[in-house]
Amino acid sequence: MKISTMKELLNAEVVCGEEDIDRNVFSACGSDMMSDVLAFVKDQAVLLTGLVNSQVIRTAEMMDMICIVFVRAKLPTPEMIELAKESGIVLLTTKTRMYDACGILYSNGLVGNKLKS
Amino acid sequence: MSDLLTFHFDVDGDDFTSAGQASVQIKKNLRQLGIAPDTIRRVSIAMYEGEINMVIHAGGGEADVTVSETYIEIVLKDQGPGIANIEQAMQEGFSTAPDAIRSLGFGAGMGLPNMKRYTDYMNIESEVGVGTTITMRVNI
Ligand SMILES: Nc1ncnc2c1ncn2[C@@H]1O[C@H](COP(=O)(O)OP(=O)(O)OP(=O)(O)O)[C@@H](O)[C@H]1O
Ligand SMILES: [Mg+2]
Repeated sequence: MKISTMKELLNAEVVCGEEDIDRNVFSACGSDMMSDVLAFVKDQAVLLTGLVNSQVIRTAEMMDMICIVFVRAKLPTPEMIELAKESGIVLLTTKTRMYDACGILYSNGLVGNKLKS
Repeated sequence: MSDLLTFHFDVDGDDFTSAGQASVQIKKNLRQLGIAPDTIRRVSIAMYEGEINMVIHAGGGEADVTVSETYIEIVLKDQGPGIANIEQAMQEGFSTAPDAIRSLGFGAGMGLPNMKRYTDYMNIESEVGVGTTITMRVNI
């Protein structure tokens, strides 16, 4: 799915990284606990979160993620935007709540990271 | 490359916002050295978890990274409160983090297990009231 498609599906706004919204992403994860995000490396390219601090950007960077979606209308701080720009991470913000945002993306084909059984 | 490359960082315990900077820097350095992306990711995640732990549990510390021909070694050293029961601390979900830390997105009790998961070797030395030293290695 393209980041631009996520933007439309979630009725989101681009905070920074407009030039990269045609990039493709293949899986996503949603959490407010950063070590949970860091626990499962696959090729998740997108993080959905309601948490707003610099560690969100660093966590995404450690995971080589290329897009963060802030749910519940959360807005990143100028400092976070600066960090995201440095790392080439697209930031989106949406009024949609976490459960709904994940559901919308999932049902449109953006899957999570299936646990090994 | 017969010499060992070493990097040293002081990790500030008073500044949660800047926590993780050393790991970001190491990630850049390893990229410049042409290390495989998957290896870089494992090293930087493990170091990042350790760095955050030093900030939230130990009031800061020091990080030393050594790049040899065959492995990357990360040593994280602090003079914090120490870990009384290492076996318990290593369990997924165990955390002593207070609510204030949880509201910052940490305290899931996943950091140490993640560090173990992403590295090929991990050793914790800790003494209550003295501090903690964690050594991790990722084979190249
Ligand atoms: N450097 C340290 N000094 C003192 N105690 C530590 C240190 N690192 C970890 N601990 C102890 O071990 C526990 C487990 O650590 P771990 O990193 O697994 O989880 P956490 O930091 O509490 O939460 P998370 O990493 O998921 O955000 C901590 O809650 C803390 O009690
Ligand atoms: Mg931790």
